[in-house]
Parts: sequence; C-alpha cells; structure tokens
Amino acid sequence: MVSQIPVTGFLFAILCCRAMNISLHKLNDGRITGLLMQLVVVAGIIYLGYLLFENTQANLEARNIASGFGFMSVEGGLPISNTLLPYTPADTYGYAFFIGVLNTLYVALFGIIATTLIGIFIGVARVSSNWLIARLAGIYVETLRNIPLLLILFFSYGVVLAGLPGPKTSLNPFFGCFINIRGLYLPKPIFQDGFGFVVLALVLGAIIAWVVSRWSVDYRDRTGISIPSGWIGSALIISLPLITYFIAGGPLEWDIAALKGFNFKGGLVFRPEFSALMIGLVLYTAAFIGENVRSGIQSVDAGQLDAAKSFGVSKGKIMRRIILPQALRVTIPATTNDYTSLVKNSSLAVAIGYPDMVSVGGTIIGQNDQAIEIIGLWMAVYLAINLIVSTIMNWANSKVQLVER
Amino acid sequence: MKRKGIFTVMFLILAFVTVQASAGTLKDVKAKGFLTLGVSEGVPGFSIPDSSGRWVGFDVDMGRAVAAAVLGNGDKIKFVSLASKQKIVAVSSGQVDITSRTTTWTMKRDCKQGVDFTTIVFYDGQGFMVPKKSGVTSAKQLKGATVCVTAGTTTELNLADFSRANGLNVEAIVFDGKKEAFGAYTSGRCDCFTTDMSQLASLRTTVADPSTHIILPEVISKEPLAPLVRHGDNQWKDLVTWVIDGLIVAEEYGITSKNVMSIKKNSKDPVVQRMLGTSGDVGSFIGLDNDWLVRAIKTVGNYGEIYNRHFGPKTKLNIPRGLNKQWNKGGLLYSLPIR
Repeated sequence: MVSQIPVTGFLFAILCCRAMNISLHKLNDGRITGLLMQLVVVAGIIYLGYLLFENTQANLEARNIASGFGFMSVEGGLPISNTLLPYTPADTYGYAFFIGVLNTLYVALFGIIATTLIGIFIGVARVSSNWLIARLAGIYVETLRNIPLLLILFFSYGVVLAGLPGPKTSLNPFFGCFINIRGLYLPKPIFQDGFGFVVLALVLGAIIAWVVSRWSVDYRDRTGISIPSGWIGSALIISLPLITYFIAGGPLEWDIAALKGFNFKGGLVFRPEFSALMIGLVLYTAAFIGENVRSGIQSVDAGQLDAAKSFGVSKGKIMRRIILPQALRVTIPATTNDYTSLVKNSSLAVAIGYPDMVSVGGTIIGQNDQAIEIIGLWMAVYLAINLIVSTIMNWANSKVQLVER
Repeated sequence: MKRKGIFTVMFLILAFVTVQASAGTLKDVKAKGFLTLGVSEGVPGFSIPDSSGRWVGFDVDMGRAVAAAVLGNGDKIKFVSLASKQKIVAVSSGQVDITSRTTTWTMKRDCKQGVDFTTIVFYDGQGFMVPKKSGVTSAKQLKGATVCVTAGTTTELNLADFSRANGLNVEAIVFDGKKEAFGAYTSGRCDCFTTDMSQLASLRTTVADPSTHIILPEVISKEPLAPLVRHGDNQWKDLVTWVIDGLIVAEEYGITSKNVMSIKKNSKDPVVQRMLGTSGDVGSFIGLDNDWLVRAIKTVGNYGEIYNRHFGPKTKLNIPRGLNKQWNKGGLLYSLPIR
C-alpha cells in the first residue's frame, strides 16, 4: 500500500501535465480552459488530501498506533484540579477533555469581558488631555505590546506565587475572604428555595427597562424632551430583584472557606494559575484593544467636537452621543481580531499549570499517543469558539455601521 | 508560464507527501553519520548539559554507547531535549532514533503507542518530597494536600491511583515542564512534589539548601526505566538492546573502559572472547563489526562505571545502587547471555 503511493502520485502528476497540454492545444476558448484548470486543481487538492490520509493511516498501522476516538470513552485516571464541574480521575478521557474545554471557555469569556473594560479605559486614557495619564497609558501599551505573552504569563505567575503567603498565614482582607499561595477564597453563594423568584424579578426588570428605553427614544423623537432612560432602567434592574430577595426572606446562604489540614476547603476558589493566566492575558490583550479604541476616537473629525462644544453639549454627552458611536465603527473589526487572539493565546495556560483544553489534551496525547485525534479536536473547538466570537462581533458591527441611504 | 509554475509546485508537493519513512534506522544513522538522541530538559545525573554545553548523564551515556558501537564515536550525537509528554511521540514519529529519558516501560506504551522498549537500565519507583518544616513523615499523611506533578508521565497517573486507593483526595497541579512543576513546589504552591525516587534525589540537589526538603519513605510504584525505539524496526531494537546488555555483562565480567583492550588481547575465557570479538561473529547479528562492544565500553565504560560516574558516592546525588546492583550482588540486573 505504502510503496504504491509515490508511483500513483507520479502518474497523477504526469496526467495533470498531459491534461494541461491538451487543453492548451485544442481548446483556445479561455473559459473552458479556465474551467478545466480549476477542475484539475480541485481534483489535485482532493487527491493530495486523500494521499495524506492514506499515508498517515499506513504509517500509523505500521507503528501499531491505534486511531479513532474509541479511547475517549476509557477511564482516564488523570488528575485535574481547577474544574468547573465535579470531576474525579475515575472519569473518562472524553469527560476530562470536556472539563478542559469548559476551562478554556471560562477563560475566554471572562478574559474578553475584562480585557474590553481595561482596553476601553486605556484607549480613552491614551487620548486624554491630561499629559501624565496619556503618557502612562502610552508606556503601558508600548511595554505590554512588545513583550511575548509567554513571558508575561511566567512573570505574572511568578509574582503571584512569590507575593502570596502560605495557607497558614493567609491574608484575610474582609470576612470570608482569604488570599494565599493556593488561591483566592471567597464566600460561595448557595441558592435556597425561592431564589428563582429573585432571578424572575431580574428578568422582569430587564424587560421593563428595555421597554422604557424604546419608549423614551420614541418620546424624544416626538417631543424633543429626553428622558434619562438609562438611569431608570438600571434602577429597575437592581431594585426589583433586591425587593424580591427581601420579600422571599433572603433565600441565599454563604459557604465560607475554612483551613482544614493542608489547605482551605469550601468557598468559591480562584486558583493562582487561573488568576495569573487572567492577569497576563487580560493586561496583554488590553494593550491592543486600547490602541483600537484610541484609533477609533482619533478617527472622529475634530470639527465635530468643536461644533458640539460650541452648541454647549456636555462633555459626557459628546463622548456618548458623538465620539463613541463613530469610534466603534473603527474599533470593532480590529477588536474582533484581538478577541480571537485572546482565545487562541489562552492555550499558553499549559505553561503555568492551568488545566485548559490544551493542557488536558496534551496529557491525553501523552497517555495514548493519539495526537492526530486530539489536535483535530483542539482545532475544532478553537475554530468553533472563534467563529461564535466573530459572528457576535460581526452582528455588533452591522448594528453600528453607517446605514447608507 | 504561470500554469506550468502551478504544476511544478503541485508535483513537488506530491513528491514531498509521498516520501516514506526509510527502510531501517541503522542504515539511516550510518548514512547521516550521527545518532539523534531524545533526552530530558535537564535532570542532573540522567541528562543535562554541563558548563561547557556538553550533554552528560546516565541516560546520555546509554546513547553514547550506541553511537560508539554504530559510528565508532560516542560524540556523534544530535541531542533533542524533550518534555515528558513528547518523549513517546518523538520516537514513534521518527523525530529521534532513540529516546533515553527516564521513561517507564508500561504495557500501554509498549503495545499501543508505536514504540518498543529495549532493556531496563534503571529500576526506579515513585516517591514524594516535602519541605522538612511541614512535619510530614509519611505519604499517608498527605490527605487533602496539593501536589505538583509533570504532565504526560506515569507519575501523574500513579499519583491519582495512590490518592484514590488511600482516600487522600490530593489536589494535583499539573505542569508541562519538570522545571516549572518543581519551581512551583519550591515556591510553596504545593505541599508536595512527586516523581521517581532517583529524580527526587537529583532535583533536591538543585535547591539552595537540600537539607530543607525530605524524601518520604514510601515508594508507591514500580518504574522500570528503559530506552525506547520506534515500533516495527526490529534490527534497530535488537541493536540498542544488545549494546546496553553488553554494558551490563561487561560489569559482571569486570571489563572496564581502562582494561578492555588488555582483556581483549589476553583473555582465555571463551565468553569474553565472543563478547569482545576475538572469536565468533556476534557483531554481525546486529549488523555491526566484531568490535562493537569494545568501542562502547571504551567510550562510556561498563554499567557500573556509568552508574558511579553519575550517581555514585562521589557525586552530589549519591543514590545507593539498591535494586540496580548485579543479580549476584543482590540486585535485579540480570544480563542476557551474549552468544
């Protein structure tokens, strides 16, 4: 099987050349030649893929390496800390991988939110009229942007580890919160019966806030009087669940971490690996997003600001109503790239011991040697996450783009 | 013109795709003139570059012995530093000719991962290291402890097994590299660090004050360490197996790097004569000439010399030979007869 492949490949190449010659001689019509060429190229690509597949299969068989995803349902015996769902080493490889995927999603989600907030702050600071703030933001961007992320991660992990005390001498900044080298422990909410009403109230508040904001736009268009719908909406979203919470008799208890033996048990835990990864990823990506925001703001014609100022529009309103809506058009497409970079860069977690999908998958490869399957899964998951991110961002982009009339 | 360009490119791609792994590693090694050896990222005693950048260590010497037997020169080696989880794939994919890197011989690796183990060079077992001030004296006291461990090792799995079997519920923090894992332990991230006993002894020498860390008495697993080669290349597997076996036999017969030439000249023992090539044709069994073992012994010495050079009482590591003594001295080293 294997030895046939070079021969067939050679024959195929000759056939390709023959086909091309014939088409050049007999068919002077450019369209047909073009079509034929494209067919040949497509066929060639398919054949290349097939060859690669065959060759790989043959080599795997020759080395007695199993293929397929059968191993994923076998008990893995892998230890994983830092899991979002209950996990024991008795679970399967497939479930272990799934735990890793959840961790990757977790990092991606919180990373994107945090990096956006910090990035906007940095971008606005960059164009600040305050000399010191603008320079500091500039130094931040130039420093972070020009250091490899891996080094930033090692640094943030080193700082986290070196700067924190052991479990027995934990910092205890306020009741229920402990900080030590093993993690940041916070009280963990335990939802009692009746908490569902609070969630319901939150949803209700959000719906009413949305209706109010729609109505206020309509009202402003009709009468020219603008209603502070943002404030009303926020008040509704906060107060409705709060009132319900007290009426329902406070259906929430807290699980507080306590030192038992070597470590703290219970509570809501953020491990230093997770914290270091988030700090490194977020600070790094925020430098890029800050630049996107800066370029967006600077793309707005200065004449518009002068005009707004001469009309006596307030500073906050200039930012909200004039600068941001135009700046976002420039900012969003570039930021989509940075979001997807953040998701991909989260794979560096493996270097500092955070069990993301790549870390867990790497261990599974080490135990089974079925690298192709796992790498295929990695690619599929990253592709899926980033396609979702891109879709959402493209939707957001289409919302803020100028509508040509 | 442009079209012809496309076809040239396609043809070239086809040519590359269809390049097959060659006939045999021995022929390959002879043709390229050097051996590609997979070693660790730097474990003192086993494989680590010295101050002049030359790789030294017990695992390295096993590779040098093979290079000397095949190429006549123990320095004709290209070293590839591998992380734990690469060590199997690197050899099954043909990236390295041999992985000699504290690798445990297990059934799954042998049968399902495209590699063959040659012969056991070190009988090891997994242990635990804790800071002395923790007051822990037994691995059974590690209930709820945090343990730093390297990814892709048998260690990682043994730890999970031991924890389950003894209801310890330890939390494993898994790192890609040994250095990162051990660094996290020494900075206090973990209560405990686990790997093979020999490597614990080795890594302990790298901290500022080794006496502040103790190795717990429990040995929780059997770790027979062996060099490995690609599955399916029987000639190469035989060669590596018997070169290393020859080093073990040499110790049994008292043949050292110093006296090998005089013994070759003077010995009347037919067993020794066959080994050192003054009679018989054992070299041809593995595709080499009759001086194969003489070259290997002259380059790195016999098994005992190699062990003493890297782990002996005069070294910083000072690991007692224990199970790695010869069978007639109460150990497990039981070489196969060369005939």
